Amino acid sequence: MIGWLLALPALGVMGLAFLWPLAMLFRISLNRTTETGAMEVAVTGESYTRLLGDEFTWELIGNTLGLSGTSAAIAVAMALPVALMIRAASPRWRGLLALLAIAPLLVSGTARLVGWMAILGDQGMINVVLRWVGLTDAPIRMINNWTGVRVGLMESLMPYAVLVLLAGLGRLDSRLEEAAATLGANRFRTFIRVTLPLAAPALLAAWLLTLVLGISAFITPRLMGGGRVFVLATEIYNLALESVDWPAAAAMAMLLLGGLILLMLLRGCVGWLQGKRA
Amino acid sequence: MKPTLALRLLACVGYLVLLSPAALVLLISFSAGDFLTFPPPGFSTRWYVALAGNSVLMSALGTSAILAAVVAVVALLVGGPAAYAIARLEFPGRGVLAALLTAPLLLPTLVLGLALLLVLQPLGLAATWPGLVLGHCLVAIPFAVRIMTTAFAGVPKELEAAAWTLGATPFQAALRITLPNAAPGAIAAGVLTFLVSFDETVISLFLVGPRLTTLPVEMFRYAEHTTDPLIAALAMTLIAFAALMVLLVERLMGFSNAMGRE
Repeated sequence: MIGWLLALPALGVMGLAFLWPLAMLFRISLNRTTETGAMEVAVTGESYTRLLGDEFTWELIGNTLGLSGTSAAIAVAMALPVALMIRAASPRWRGLLALLAIAPLLVSGTARLVGWMAILGDQGMINVVLRWVGLTDAPIRMINNWTGVRVGLMESLMPYAVLVLLAGLGRLDSRLEEAAATLGANRFRTFIRVTLPLAAPALLAAWLLTLVLGISAFITPRLMGGGRVFVLATEIYNLALESVDWPAAAAMAMLLLGGLILLMLLRGCVGWLQGKRA
Repeated sequence: MKPTLALRLLACVGYLVLLSPAALVLLISFSAGDFLTFPPPGFSTRWYVALAGNSVLMSALGTSAILAAVVAVVALLVGGPAAYAIARLEFPGRGVLAALLTAPLLLPTLVLGLALLLVLQPLGLAATWPGLVLGHCLVAIPFAVRIMTTAFAGVPKELEAAAWTLGATPFQAALRITLPNAAPGAIAAGVLTFLVSFDETVISLFLVGPRLTTLPVEMFRYAEHTTDPLIAALAMTLIAFAALMVLLVERLMGFSNAMGRE
């Protein structure tokens, strides 16, 4: 009992700042928006039917899943060599390499996106080099569109992918790879036939986590998209603060939450199945 | 097994992607030019001077620093006892408690910010100090609880038991024996929660107003409509600050240890 008593202050803050606001979010999603745009207290599913009947919402859902699905996949693919490298490094280097890989987590997201603007912009590093080499005349547009958003999101997801892969690969028995090598498999064959299948559960776990984080991302699509990229997160922000249509914003936030909870349950199921098989 | 050349190369590409944005920010922040052009037409510290002279950003910096300090203290005071309970005591529902106290980290900050706005606005608490502190505590407390739980769990139980046999009450033993031994963890938790609050952007976007605004929000708004090296100078300052903090935590307890992943 004394345990709950000690946690009482923390629980109080959580109730005030977490449970109550979430309950109100659901409650307000059931209110009505009148013709003039004002909010009217009601218990109705109008906001939901209005959103789900609108083709734009479905486009947003498609955009969100397409963006985060691909960015997460590329992030995991690029994180795998980094994680394998950290695993293979001597203990002296392992800490430093791991720190370098996850340090971006503590750098403000906006700051990193400014860096990407300097790399991908019309006057940015890549375009300058391409023009200097003579490959292009006009700059290739890589910011204020989907390319910029995808690159920025991929990079922000990579550190998380490295963390999940490190946790998953740690359990992988390296003697199996050595056995394959002893039996005559070359490096590439060992990787394709032994390492990759063994790493598959970790890869799936990393993809599911980064997918969830990608769906929730707001700063990257907003800044790198330059107002031309529309996903659920940017639309919730627009509805809440620019159109000030609270019931619609709340309803869309509830849809987003529902989708994320489904994905987290899926993650839990995958983890449970893997645990059972192991 | 020794890594192959192909693996080394691919890992290098990975690190290049991870680290190049920060490197470019560093380079551009010392640009003498007017835009985020590469390579910079010349080098100067004019944008750092301009940053120091920007009254909006400087007053936002002050707000963010005070806010982060308050949030770190509140998160430690509120999260510390809960972490002690989770790490040391056996009681029904301990797992539920631990899950509940870290649950906010699972949800998008966008949804948390919107939900807070819907509650705080009608109460007149949007764009106020209490509103911002509450909003930031929501994401700071889970970090504080997680790190402090690791820290308390790392102190041998036998020390406390020895204090009991010597006549200390459980409260005295916790306060005089376990707490000082968990102090590095508590400092790490304080530093990280400070950083979490200092960098928090999305929740703040919903809770700031014209009179009270934070540095990440002003930086985000600045980056939305202007791209000049001033924003790179600001970004660089924040990166340097974060790097310093990470080094401090690494010294105190090991960074990945502090994050307490999986």
